[in-house]
Amino acid sequence: MSLSTINAGPAVSAAGPAPTPPRSSAPARRRRQRSGGALLIWAFALPALLVYTTFVLVPVALAAVYSFFNWNGLGALDRFIGVDNYARALQDPIFLGAMGNNFAIVGLSLVIQGPLAIGIALLLNRNLRGRALIRTLIFVPYVLSEVVAGLAFRLMLPPGGPVDSALTAIGWSGEKPLWLADPSVAFWTLFAVITWKYLGFAIILMLAGLQGVPEELSEAASIDGATWWQTQRYITLPLLGPTIRIWAFLSVIGSLQLFDMVWILTGGGPLNATETMATYMVEYGNGRSQVGYGSAVAVILFVVSLVIALVYQRIVLRRDLRGAITRG
Amino acid sequence: MATTTAPARTAGADRATSRRASAPRPPHRPGGRWGTPVAYIIALVICGITVAPVIYVILGGFRTTAQINRDPGGFPDPWVFDKYGAVFQDPNFWTQFANSTIVAVATTAGVVLLGVMAAFVIARYEFVGRTFLFSLFTAGLLFPLTVAVLPLFTMLRSFGLLGNLLAVIGPQIAFALPTTIIILVPFLRAIPAELEDAALIDGAGRFTFFWRVLLPLSWPGLITVGVLAFVASWNAYLLPLLLLGNPATATLPVGVQYFSTAYSQDTAGVLAFTSIAMLPALLFFTLAQRRIVGGLTGAVKG
Repeated sequence: MSLSTINAGPAVSAAGPAPTPPRSSAPARRRRQRSGGALLIWAFALPALLVYTTFVLVPVALAAVYSFFNWNGLGALDRFIGVDNYARALQDPIFLGAMGNNFAIVGLSLVIQGPLAIGIALLLNRNLRGRALIRTLIFVPYVLSEVVAGLAFRLMLPPGGPVDSALTAIGWSGEKPLWLADPSVAFWTLFAVITWKYLGFAIILMLAGLQGVPEELSEAASIDGATWWQTQRYITLPLLGPTIRIWAFLSVIGSLQLFDMVWILTGGGPLNATETMATYMVEYGNGRSQVGYGSAVAVILFVVSLVIALVYQRIVLRRDLRGAITRG
Repeated sequence: MATTTAPARTAGADRATSRRASAPRPPHRPGGRWGTPVAYIIALVICGITVAPVIYVILGGFRTTAQINRDPGGFPDPWVFDKYGAVFQDPNFWTQFANSTIVAVATTAGVVLLGVMAAFVIARYEFVGRTFLFSLFTAGLLFPLTVAVLPLFTMLRSFGLLGNLLAVIGPQIAFALPTTIIILVPFLRAIPAELEDAALIDGAGRFTFFWRVLLPLSWPGLITVGVLAFVASWNAYLLPLLLLGNPATATLPVGVQYFSTAYSQDTAGVLAFTSIAMLPALLFFTLAQRRIVGGLTGAVKG
């Protein structure tokens, strides 16, 4: 990782077909002298800004406000209790367990899904017959809604269900674990299903990134006597750096916010073994009408995501996002 | 402009593939002689794993619950069409289907229109607050729906909008805007300034340029964000679950979940319902798949 972090950025912007050619900064500058028409500009930007403010920024701000109150969502918002909600969440072993589950999924995703996706993408990044079909099939789980996928697995995983009989068919004759009912197994089942659901997206992302790695480089390397593995390790992987880092970012954020799949598959159980911060929040905030407490949990979830995102962006993504964020 | 050419490039590569497969391979091609069979086997295994649950759900709908209980992993024997028929005669299904369609179409239209308008000025004009505006939208990636959902619930309840489809459409548009704008900005910026100069010299205003020149040129990007927004909306669960109330007449994902609890004994029926609910997004996406990958290529490198 360290090698790719250092080398990838400039190499890629020099080699890959960058979507923002250097040309684009020149017209932007020309436009600057001819600005004016600010009214028209804001007329274009305002509708989006308005909708975004109403349905994203205001609710997030409201969540922060609610989190300081003991409030059931109805009646007056008048029982201010300071940071009690936060203290309660951070002392609740179930919430801490949920947070631990989120972090475990973050780590496992990075360590297992990342290399798996990269490896598969490297293997598939060649002139295979039926490549378009393979890509479509790999992408199928990502397109299915979490509800459909979760439900399908819930129906496939009961004791003696199709998964068990498939495992027997390929030679596992013994007793199968209770995939969803055993607290010590359910988390791993959940992780396997998540991997099934999101690995395709990672593979497609990596394949898209590999399209930007010019074939001439690996050809030159193999003429110089590099093996296939050496070519991948020292040429392709570093050039894939930006894609890997973007994927990791999306994966981390997604893992922290995991809700739908868990809710459908296990509902956080058995015995809170698969609880995540988001399921915990909905359970309390909506199910038990503790809107103030649920909001505090939401704010914690948000702060955790924000801190991780900012740190990641500062340290890892800075160069990759230069075009997208700082240049505006 | 890389985004525009990417799908074409893929198509070209695929065509080249079939031609090259029969030709003798140069010895130094990466992956060499042994690599390809391994690649096919791995591809086969992976595709099998990804598709198996889908096939199980679809085939299960053609069986009876008794068949499923007898042999959970078997094929339909005999094929039964009643379960699918029953879904199509279920009035709740049609309500949910109509709701899902209305919500997804309205969300997509709203996201694409608002998104391209904002991305247009952010990408191409210099004005006070531009950087702030872009940062504000990109920061939206960090505001998960889960954080906003409880306040959205109380807010929309005070507007009396709970149970109304608008309660889902508005927030869905808002939460799709960050991704849309992030994908579209590099895309719109890549459209050459000369075109705008030419349009302005010919007496067109900014609005005319936007409407007559820029929009037609940015179709590939618009389709990418449109398909992403449509599929996300079609599959959305949390918002409709909390905001639409009665699960029997919510959107399809909520309806599927409701059906599966209400008729949990009728496994075959649940499978039939589930497979019909997933087909539209699957079909829609397969048709537009090239565009998505192309669009993502541009966005990732942007």
